[in-house]
Amino acid sequence: MEWETVIGLEVHVQLATKSKLFSGSSIEFGAEPNTQANVFDLALPGTLPVLNKEALKMAVKFGLAVEAEIGMKSVFDRKNYFYPDLPKGYQTSQLDFPTVGKGTLDVTLEDGSIKTIGITRAHMEEDAGKSLHEDFHGQTGIDLNRAGTPLLEIVSEPDIRSAPEAVAYLKKLHSLILYLGISDGDMSKGNMRCDANVSVRLKGEEEFGTRAEIKNINSFKFVEKAINIEVERQIDLLEDGGRVVQETRLYDSEKNETRSMRSKEVANDYRYFPEPDLLPIIIDDAFVEEIRATLPELPDAKRQRFLDEHKLSEYDAMVLANDLATANFFEAVVAVCDNAKLSANWVSVDLQAYLNEAEIPISESPVTPELLGGLINKITDNTISSKIAKTVFGAMLAGEGDAEKIIESKGLKQVTDSGAIEALVETVIANNPEQVEQFRSGKEKVFGFFVGQIMKESKGKANPAQVNQILKDKLTS
Amino acid sequence: MFKSGLADIARSLAAGEFSSEEITTAYLARIKEKDKELNSYITLCEEHALAQAKAADNNRAKGETHLLAGVPLAHKDIFCTSGVKTSCGSRMLDNFIAPYNATVVENFNQAGVVTLGKTNMDEFAMGSSNETSYYGAVHNPWDKELVPGGSSGGSAAAVAAHLSPAATATDTGGSIRQPAAFCGLTGLKPTYGRVSRWGMIAFASSLDQAGTLTRSAEDAALMLNVMAGHDPKDSTSIDIATEDYTANLNKPLEGLKIGIPIQHFTEGLNAEVEQNIRNALSEFEKLGATLKEISLPNSHLSVSAYYVIAPAEASANLSRYDGVRYGYRCEDPKDLEDFYKRTRSEGFGTEVKRRIMVGTYALSAGYYDAYYIKAQKIRRLIKNDFDAAFADVDVIMGPTSPHTAFKIGSQSDDPVTMYLEDIYTIAVNLAGIPGISIPAGLVNKLPVGLQIIGKNFSESHLLNIAHQFQQATDWHTQTPEI
Repeated sequence: MEWETVIGLEVHVQLATKSKLFSGSSIEFGAEPNTQANVFDLALPGTLPVLNKEALKMAVKFGLAVEAEIGMKSVFDRKNYFYPDLPKGYQTSQLDFPTVGKGTLDVTLEDGSIKTIGITRAHMEEDAGKSLHEDFHGQTGIDLNRAGTPLLEIVSEPDIRSAPEAVAYLKKLHSLILYLGISDGDMSKGNMRCDANVSVRLKGEEEFGTRAEIKNINSFKFVEKAINIEVERQIDLLEDGGRVVQETRLYDSEKNETRSMRSKEVANDYRYFPEPDLLPIIIDDAFVEEIRATLPELPDAKRQRFLDEHKLSEYDAMVLANDLATANFFEAVVAVCDNAKLSANWVSVDLQAYLNEAEIPISESPVTPELLGGLINKITDNTISSKIAKTVFGAMLAGEGDAEKIIESKGLKQVTDSGAIEALVETVIANNPEQVEQFRSGKEKVFGFFVGQIMKESKGKANPAQVNQILKDKLTS
Repeated sequence: MFKSGLADIARSLAAGEFSSEEITTAYLARIKEKDKELNSYITLCEEHALAQAKAADNNRAKGETHLLAGVPLAHKDIFCTSGVKTSCGSRMLDNFIAPYNATVVENFNQAGVVTLGKTNMDEFAMGSSNETSYYGAVHNPWDKELVPGGSSGGSAAAVAAHLSPAATATDTGGSIRQPAAFCGLTGLKPTYGRVSRWGMIAFASSLDQAGTLTRSAEDAALMLNVMAGHDPKDSTSIDIATEDYTANLNKPLEGLKIGIPIQHFTEGLNAEVEQNIRNALSEFEKLGATLKEISLPNSHLSVSAYYVIAPAEASANLSRYDGVRYGYRCEDPKDLEDFYKRTRSEGFGTEVKRRIMVGTYALSAGYYDAYYIKAQKIRRLIKNDFDAAFADVDVIMGPTSPHTAFKIGSQSDDPVTMYLEDIYTIAVNLAGIPGISIPAGLVNKLPVGLQIIGKNFSESHLLNIAHQFQQATDWHTQTPEI
């Protein structure tokens, strides 16, 4: 039997506002428990919500970026349930009239093809607080710092057909929210979290299978693993004649398994109704246009521009445009050295390798765009070879200054004086008569041996093109 | 001195006839003496009141002073008062000391008004007789065996018995106007959104509105001048300019077109009450007004719609009382569910629990459309009825309540009869428009209230009409012997 996977994702993005969705409390991460909870966040009697306009703007901005219908009238609703970290006994969310309606997101798949994933809606809602079960001797501590933090819940259509597609969608979404500046997207802090609705059906079947919802997956890697393991579980179940139960499941990354969170099959009755403490939010075209005017160049547009303007390869353009900070870094390097190809290579290969290794974001790179551009300039003006440039780059990372200074202090300037190179070539030829004989008898592979010897002799400083030319002349003369 | 209302006390303070400290001390002493029989206060703010009075006297001596500075006032215990117990008439909040002031309280504080104390009320403002209070029933000063009306029964009894010259109150379905009628007072419920709800403990958010219980329309105007206004902390407060509500009090009523809704004069209305209301309407004719019968065809649906919408909102508004962060908490809970169940079962009274259950039911899957959505449609129809009526008439008048105050305990076993108490007042809340109840006669030595209903933001006009009636009659100066 051939199975098809159907996935829809619900992504919660924490909006990068200064204060909470309905109160003036700060949302900064890591504060002492309950120091960022005011009378409203504590749900004291008589307190009332006031919508944070920045959150609304961010939601609309996102909507415009995914070419969605913008809710000119959006309504907040109360979602009722009891939990100790939900101070009001209801979460204020948006049910029937979300701020962002239907939109789309184009995702580049592994084979390079582009797939359009539908976005059903995106709505604003407030986060709950945290229950702390440790350190309270059998009791539970409640931290309400997070309560009321603005979230944008982005719901996709069930258009996703595999775990890698889900990851590609998430990465694109991540890239987009960073471009828009509406969230830091930090999954490790829970500022972007994902619920995956997963089902399987026989290939060719029209109807969706019963889905399970995997809650709160907090990394791209786990999304892929959780979906794969869940799909496997469902297929095994179905092939053994069982059936999938509609339920909420939790992914355990240590055991690499999903397991049921709620034993009961009953759906919670949240008794949604319109929030009477807030009037419907009515926005007009002028408001929307004002926000549209603040939209930055988005990832797809930037990638296209990198292709057109910088003549990058599809791959380089995508890799660089994917992350706004990387794209900006790249363009800053080009501005210094005016060599897009080398800039792209250095940023996406050498610098990226270092950053990955050191686990630091590009914003904290010890090599600034000015330094890297300066280094590339030294390659293009033949002061150093690409190989020596790696050495210089290493010294830059160690904080030894700019390219000029490092080349100077380490004596790495490329030898371009043909007289000096000739002398080196002659010495090497004279010292290796056996190899000369081999070359002359047709074994051209030893040419590389001579180049290596010469470069070694020059401590890598000889201009490789000149070495090649002179060596060729000498050996064949 | 105790026959006075706010305006008189303000004039005496300005004339130096007595100081704020003197009048405050006198009121506090009178409350201590007389309130044992009435139970109109839950909390007396003695120290705090005297400090405020002294400050007001000092400011007056320096010449910096608001018209009402130094005048004493009582607040319904639904308004949060910083550092003072704010119970909302419930065991649930018996231990709750508010850490902040309601905007209404803050505005009076800024004006230099002295807070005598916090008045008794039906638990979470749910009731029409002030019998559901955790702190016990309030007695009507006109006859202590009778209820003062509710839910602002403590405020009404306190003002009627001269235990405060005036009081703040709130009205969700009639909770200002009906006690005003039962206690012979002027009770104003302003337009929804005119007065901030910040710090006013929510019963039904889309219906709750703060207002006044006073001895006269002039006093109500003086209070509204302090209370009204846009509050950025309340998203439902409306951002339109306030006015001086005393400015139009003396305009003649010549040409006023009064609508008389036939539905407010049908069976169920006590004949003597009706006669008093008809007499009052004749008085308005003498003042130059004309009467016209009108119809509010959907008014019979108002109580049903209200008892879906109000409990639905209340069921969510009262979810925060879970014992986790403040308020009542049960002893030794077994687990979380037990914690919730017992905290809420023990902390809330019967009527509150009844309404939470009704509201929860109305919002439940499968019932939401049949109840909540339907009730909202009725609400729209009721609003349309008023809009249509106001195309023809300037204001609408009728009885505030079908009868005078009833005996304590006489209706408490029958919630539906109790809900019908507000039959003439509830539609006004559903429509969001303002209404005022003024004394308009006595039946067997008990006050009768006339309700005057106006268009949105017509408070100034309502006060003008009430004031002109009070210039021509003396029902509002009648006072119980206590």
